[in-house]
Amino acid sequence: MEFPKDLKYTKEHEWLKVEGNIATVGITDYAQDSLGDVVYVELPQEGGAVTKNEPFGVVESVKAVSDLYSPVSGSVSEVNDAIIDSPEAINEDPYGDAWMIKVEIANPGELDDLMTADEYQKYVEEEK
Amino acid sequence: MLKRTPLYETHKALGARIVEFAGWEMPVQYSGVIEEHLAVRNNCGLFDVSHMGEIEISGEDALAAVQRLITNDVERVVDGQCQYTAVCYPSGGVVDDCIVYRFDKKRFLICVNASNTEKAFKWMRENGQGAAAVRDVSASYAQLALQGPFSAEVLRPLLTIDPESIRHFHFAVTPIKGYDAIISRTGYTGEDGFELYFDPRGAVAIWQAIMEAGKKYGILPIGLGARDTLRLEMGYPLYGHELSETITPLEAGLKKYVRLEKPDFIGKDALVKQASGGLARTLVGIKMSDPGVPRAGYEIQKAGKKTGYVTSGTLSPSLKLGIAMCLVEPGLKEPGTELECVIRDRKAKAVVTKLPFYDKKAAAGAAK
Repeated sequence: MEFPKDLKYTKEHEWLKVEGNIATVGITDYAQDSLGDVVYVELPQEGGAVTKNEPFGVVESVKAVSDLYSPVSGSVSEVNDAIIDSPEAINEDPYGDAWMIKVEIANPGELDDLMTADEYQKYVEEEK
Repeated sequence: MLKRTPLYETHKALGARIVEFAGWEMPVQYSGVIEEHLAVRNNCGLFDVSHMGEIEISGEDALAAVQRLITNDVERVVDGQCQYTAVCYPSGGVVDDCIVYRFDKKRFLICVNASNTEKAFKWMRENGQGAAAVRDVSASYAQLALQGPFSAEVLRPLLTIDPESIRHFHFAVTPIKGYDAIISRTGYTGEDGFELYFDPRGAVAIWQAIMEAGKKYGILPIGLGARDTLRLEMGYPLYGHELSETITPLEAGLKKYVRLEKPDFIGKDALVKQASGGLARTLVGIKMSDPGVPRAGYEIQKAGKKTGYVTSGTLSPSLKLGIAMCLVEPGLKEPGTELECVIRDRKAKAVVTKLPFYDKKAAAGAAK
């Protein structure tokens, strides 16, 4: 299982990559593995607002529906439409091709309580 | 305390994800639901279904006892044949749906759902009349299901009989790896295949022998996840979803397994009344026209008005679109009828479709 060092992580198993005032958001390797085959994903519209710790979309495996929680508040600057047509990319490349949304960060202070890769790895091992 | 089948350690060693199901720790998936599903459709797969229950009814009056308990008619089958049936309450609601194995007039084995084993056993013991002993023999049997187009080829080298000699919905008692097994040409996937019942002590050896023999045909171990998507593509009911204590077999579209002409059986009066009075709701299959995955419990609407609900739904791995079975008002059962499925806050378009969703011949034609 992979935990890239350059990302930040949430307890809901989303990852976030910060470049300037833009955060790219996706779900972790652990999350995709727990879900199993992803068959459907629902993402917000470009320009829409997301709020930290609030659902911004839905990911569905064959068996189950799971909410996606935003790690930060802000407005959605870009949506990865490609994964709507190919949700299996979420299983294949959760940290790469299968990023979900880019958010213009409203309040950089919200990033402070996110986990580092090491902290998240420990968190996942305890959850197992 | 959750129960484990004799293959629990085998599943763990194969990397299965284990979940609780009907009081058992069962494998829900190994390599992935979609891969497993397609292996059964195209090659073959092996399922541990040892959690299923087995109830034996034997004795002088066994035939009469079974006839009173079931909605189908075991006089219509011969010794060595199996029959799918419902067992009903006087209300017409369902105790369980099961397969009856007819050894002879004095001995029947009934395969029941894991979730209903205790309830069904109690019901049969209390309501099976005359000189017939009703015994829960679940602990005496492990059960495997070998399913998929290469099933007979996989089984052939392991048996002393030709597996093809067992006809659809018939069974034989024959040794496999030194254990006497009941082997029926049955299953819950819509593919050719067999279900095998034998002494639990033989489970690991028989599992391994089948997996080994199946290697060259691309056999995979299959979990409960794919078992559910496979049965759903065929429109097969699952107790607790399409059938329950409050859903009758007639509402669930199982009319051909309910022999209203039979002199008597438990639930007959209620079912006769329901059949003549017309159904208040009926089971239909829907395919999604809009994106989205219909799930059990979602509301079904017609022109914005509630008309029923989804009993089971999934994304069909074979068809690659959302499919569901729903209980709706009977006027809406014609294929082609447009409905809406409420997915979260969205009304997604769906269309009533003929069951099964997956048609092997049509799929083969489309692939050409």
